[in-house]
Amino acid sequence: MSKSNSKEGEVKKVAEPVRGETTAALLRELVAHLRQNRTQLRQEWAKRITEAKLLTAMSQEEIFAEATAVYDNYVEALETGTFEALQGYARNLSERIIPRGVETHEVVGIVLLLRDVLARSLFAKYQHDFALLNRILDAYEPAANRIANTVAVGFVQERERTIRQQQEAIRELSTPVLQVRERLLILPIIGVIDPQRSRQLTEQLLRGIRTNRAKVVVIDITGVAAMDSNVANGLVQTVEASRLLGATVIVTGLSPEIAQTLVTIGVDLTKMNTVGDLQGGIEEAERLLGVKAVPLSLIEPQTKS
Amino acid sequence: MEVPILKQGDFLIATFQAALTDEDLLQLQDALVARVGKFRSHGVIVDVTALDVMDSFAARTLRALAHMVRLRGAETVIVGIQPEVAFAMVQLGLSLEGVPTALDLEEGLAQLMKASERKGATFRGR
Repeated sequence: MSKSNSKEGEVKKVAEPVRGETTAALLRELVAHLRQNRTQLRQEWAKRITEAKLLTAMSQEEIFAEATAVYDNYVEALETGTFEALQGYARNLSERIIPRGVETHEVVGIVLLLRDVLARSLFAKYQHDFALLNRILDAYEPAANRIANTVAVGFVQERERTIRQQQEAIRELSTPVLQVRERLLILPIIGVIDPQRSRQLTEQLLRGIRTNRAKVVVIDITGVAAMDSNVANGLVQTVEASRLLGATVIVTGLSPEIAQTLVTIGVDLTKMNTVGDLQGGIEEAERLLGVKAVPLSLIEPQTKS
Repeated sequence: MEVPILKQGDFLIATFQAALTDEDLLQLQDALVARVGKFRSHGVIVDVTALDVMDSFAARTLRALAHMVRLRGAETVIVGIQPEVAFAMVQLGLSLEGVPTALDLEEGLAQLMKASERKGATFRGR
């Protein structure tokens, strides 16, 4: 009894490392096979990509070149079991193809196609030895799945990063605070104002007033299509905060619709200095600043005489 | 901590050095209202550049101060409110209505000079 127990224990001890070794050996064999048939498998893959109408934004040659690079990285990841190189490549690839309008499903699609192409070639090679095929697939599948995951996640992350960057850029661009002349700023607002934008707008304007030492600010809302009570109150707060910094605010370009809405919902705009259009606003601002733009022809005779 | 009050020509300048307690604020209010009469000042500048927070008591006291000084025949200008403080104040509804404000000391002085010129007062420049 005790003898047979110890025997079993021995068998187990031996069996574990052997199985580990065989997985590595199988992967090695697999990699050798993929290296050997590189040209043919790569072509097969590129053909399948075209057939599936994936990556339509790219030319045949580009698809083939990228396919080659992905293929080599793929085999390398299988061989070494490390995914850093592949991750780096996936990020780099995504950076290049995202601006060309390549979609997530396409990237996932091509990686799954490659997995399929390689699996089929394995079926063809080992069709006579089903047990061996099974073990080869056992070794291949987890690695292949991880690779597919890595590439897809890399692509999505890159895309999210791009989107975040663009959002940031749009947000900054959306509220330019411009100095028109000494001590006079204009803030043209275009598009929809949400609470977050309203807040950001106020902060940017207050900073602008401080850095430019502005006395008068013209906020032009010609480009704002609609306004509700929240937005209007935000605007009133902007005006009050600017006053606390010693700047006078003139609001210009209120559309008839907005004027009607504001009166109907009863927002108190008595504290606000409003002028019809931007030109009128700047003229009013110049009056407040005590300066005026006059044609040279009007002042030259006086200076001569 | 007591707020120093400087006399500059026709004007008085009070500069906050740090956040003040309520008593300090009331003490400043009393001192300013008294000295406006004593020095026959035309204007008062309260510089709050050093403040990074303004609570409702401070805002109310400053407003009361400005109105009291006006009753004593002088103008008050609050200068140096930080952008963040201004933003927080309007969100809390503390907008210092009826109290003139200016960006900094220089602006505040310019504003007071203009106001006293308008009144036709002579600038004695002592």
